[in-house]
Amino acid sequence: MGVEFIYPEFEVIRNDNRCIACRVCERQCANEVHFFNAERGVMMSDETKCVNCQRCVSLCPTRALKIVKSDCKLRENANWQDDTIKEIYKQANSGAVLLSSMGNPKPFPVYWDKILINASQVTNPSIDPLREPMETRVFLGKKPDKVKRDANGKLLCELPPQLELSLPVMFSAMSYGSISYNAHESLARAATELGIYYNTGEGGLHEDFYCYGKNTIVQVASGRFGVHKEYLEASAAVEIKMGQGAKPGIGGHLPGAKIVGDVSRTRMIPEGSDAISPAPHHDIYSIEDLRQLVFSLKEATEYKKPIIVKVAAVHNIAAIASGIARSGADIIAIDGFRGGTGAAPTRIRDNVGIPIELALAAVDQRLRDEGIRNNVSLVVGGSIRSASDVVKAIALGADACYIATAAVLALGCHLCRTCQSGKCNWGIATQRPDLVKRLNPDIGSERLVNLVKAWQHEIKELMGGMGINSIEALRGNRLMLRGIGLTEKELEILGILHAGE
Amino acid sequence: MKVEGQIRIPSGCAIAAVISKEGKKMSGEKIIDSMKPMHDRSNGLGGGFAGYGIYPEYKDFYALHMFFDQRATRKNCEVFLKERFEIVKSEIIPTRKIPSITDEPIIWRYFVSPLKSVLASMQLDEKEFVARTVMQINTEMHGAYVFSSGKNMGTFKAVGFPEDVGVFYKLEEYQGYSWTAHGRYPTNTPGWWGGAHPFTLLDWSIVHNGEISSYDANRRFIEMFGYKCTLQTDTEVITYIMDYLIRRQGLTLGEAASVIAAPFWSTIEDKTNREDKEKHMYLRTLFPSLLITGPFSIVFGFDGGLMALNDRLKLRSMVVGEKDDKVFIASEEAAIRTMEPDAENIWAPAGGEPVVVRVKDGAF
Ligand code: SF4
Ligand code: SF4
Repeated sequence: MGVEFIYPEFEVIRNDNRCIACRVCERQCANEVHFFNAERGVMMSDETKCVNCQRCVSLCPTRALKIVKSDCKLRENANWQDDTIKEIYKQANSGAVLLSSMGNPKPFPVYWDKILINASQVTNPSIDPLREPMETRVFLGKKPDKVKRDANGKLLCELPPQLELSLPVMFSAMSYGSISYNAHESLARAATELGIYYNTGEGGLHEDFYCYGKNTIVQVASGRFGVHKEYLEASAAVEIKMGQGAKPGIGGHLPGAKIVGDVSRTRMIPEGSDAISPAPHHDIYSIEDLRQLVFSLKEATEYKKPIIVKVAAVHNIAAIASGIARSGADIIAIDGFRGGTGAAPTRIRDNVGIPIELALAAVDQRLRDEGIRNNVSLVVGGSIRSASDVVKAIALGADACYIATAAVLALGCHLCRTCQSGKCNWGIATQRPDLVKRLNPDIGSERLVNLVKAWQHEIKELMGGMGINSIEALRGNRLMLRGIGLTEKELEILGILHAGE
Repeated sequence: MKVEGQIRIPSGCAIAAVISKEGKKMSGEKIIDSMKPMHDRSNGLGGGFAGYGIYPEYKDFYALHMFFDQRATRKNCEVFLKERFEIVKSEIIPTRKIPSITDEPIIWRYFVSPLKSVLASMQLDEKEFVARTVMQINTEMHGAYVFSSGKNMGTFKAVGFPEDVGVFYKLEEYQGYSWTAHGRYPTNTPGWWGGAHPFTLLDWSIVHNGEISSYDANRRFIEMFGYKCTLQTDTEVITYIMDYLIRRQGLTLGEAASVIAAPFWSTIEDKTNREDKEKHMYLRTLFPSLLITGPFSIVFGFDGGLMALNDRLKLRSMVVGEKDDKVFIASEEAAIRTMEPDAENIWAPAGGEPVVVRVKDGAF
């Protein structure tokens, strides 16, 4: 205590008139905040451990609990803000790198919120999605430059491998290990029911989930965890993970404590050993090396599966994407700096990378300027929060969107941003069996299906309003967008006009 | 105020077309008349015509119809042309002064043939070379504009009502086996002659009624292949798409129609003919960015024929009729009746269903 003490961030407010001392909160809080004082016959709390995950609040039968931000503050200082000072205390206490999770929470501009969508009036009709067909199906993959015919002039209808999606939304990579078995099962089942894909992340594919293979994208990351022949064969597509929006330029670290039982088997590493993914792939030090890995994976999968290359949105993303588009990859996935993560160094999460909106606009335009946009499909993530974000992303030029934070929110995540602790009270970012079983995959997959179906309805409404009845006609259709409160430079990069123009 | 090309201007329209399957020649009079009953579909801010088979004596030469803002521009442009083409004839396009058409630019036509040496050094085929040169003049040469560049065909357009534009250009003096016409209702006043329709490239011409909602998706895709949409009009982008699909990709007219007005996925899935189904799956997957959505009816003119096409929901009116060797297409039946009071088999083609009419082989 004393110099090491940091006043808790949250206060647990218990309405004693309502509390019936049922001790539900005590059982529900893996952080052991709540305890029963037998002597006084009341519930008490140790708020130093509270992460504001809202689990106890959601389960308290008498609504006796609420968690509020503590108002015990240091003296105000615009330069030395509360958080900044407390981070210094923490580091002085521990001597360690600060860790955090989920996406960048800092008040950087969210460009999605500064872009407005068009609608038809008078000169052309809007289309009612309840009365007319409204198509959201997309195909991801390379589109050849030239139509081919046989000697008799008949079209040769062969295409490179394509991923068919019922709507341009997929569940982004989250590894088994960083999230639970039940979370993976929920994602796999929902993707199958929706006719889309989920992504294994870098932790391998649990043997129970091979049956969902045709809706599964498997990842090959720098640690190569869980990569073997059957794993590649089970999938619909293979993703090479070069980077992640939440922590561009660095690898991953899943602590040994989480490498237990099935997780260790699936990753193919001993129990209790730390799973460390190196920052770079040690066989990829340049673009020509990437090409070799792309083709190794194509060889291994007999050219039947599209290869995705996932990169973090960094400063020269347009040039990087142009290199990838010429590497043989079929799809480029770009992850913006607001993308989530199970654990990342705070400084990196909050300061490295660029917004996905700008990266997407720059990449799409660059690939078109070079005439190679057809070589690859573009998938963007980090962070896509709603159907309107999807519509804006497609109109800026994306072929599809990756969602992960939105998906775990649907599973119950309350964005407490402490996944790195492994004590997720919602059964998502944890391997503790008692916590994992809180997430029922029947309910989880249903909630995911609900979410995506709801978005699909909204996407159709927005499209109908613009007089567009097929999502292909929205892709790259930047005239459907206008910026609001943006500078000339921002508009130029986004390739859109300002509202009123 | 921004003019066409700097800004995208939506417009409503009237279209009409006539073709003789026997290749019999007609003067421009009938097609001018067809626009009269559709007067209210235009607002005097643009009208135009395309005639095919009108220059038989120069049929092996590209007919470049051009607007110039001043004499000096024309002189400069002629120097540019002479470096690339053999010019066999150059002349003013004859017009008559009428009160309803004013502020005309300098209107000139050249019959040209690309210099073989230039083609060889650029390693281009003739059509690609002409297309690129036209695009270059229109984007880079301020004050000069090529509005027609095909062989044995020509476009005539102006700011005004179409029936006046026809009189202005003395179209009764031309004889063609097919004619298309356009009257425009832009929701803005660009007052620029180049902005009127038809829009053409090489032998292709398009008259179009509608406002497509896929415009920018189509434009940004087609611009990857060297086309420059300087006018920002639907007609322009559709012309380039057709040129890309037919000339550059070698698709048939029907296949091109299946790309731009692709059947719904559900329709494709229900197809029982496996080959047909495969073909549609393939074309839609391969060219998703060339699907055109939103209302349109177009008449696409080419050497030896016409194709009429509606968007797949049929959000714009278009009817077809026949009489003897002639086929008539128009936004309204009244226009057809004006050309041929006894027209038969009047019908409205379904959305996305192309109507292709060709002049019989060797007829012209
Ligand atoms: S950590 Fe979660 S469950 Fe525990 S007290 Fe805080 S909000 Fe409640
Ligand atoms: S997944 Fe769990 S631990 Fe992570 S932010 Fe969500 S609720 Fe918190």
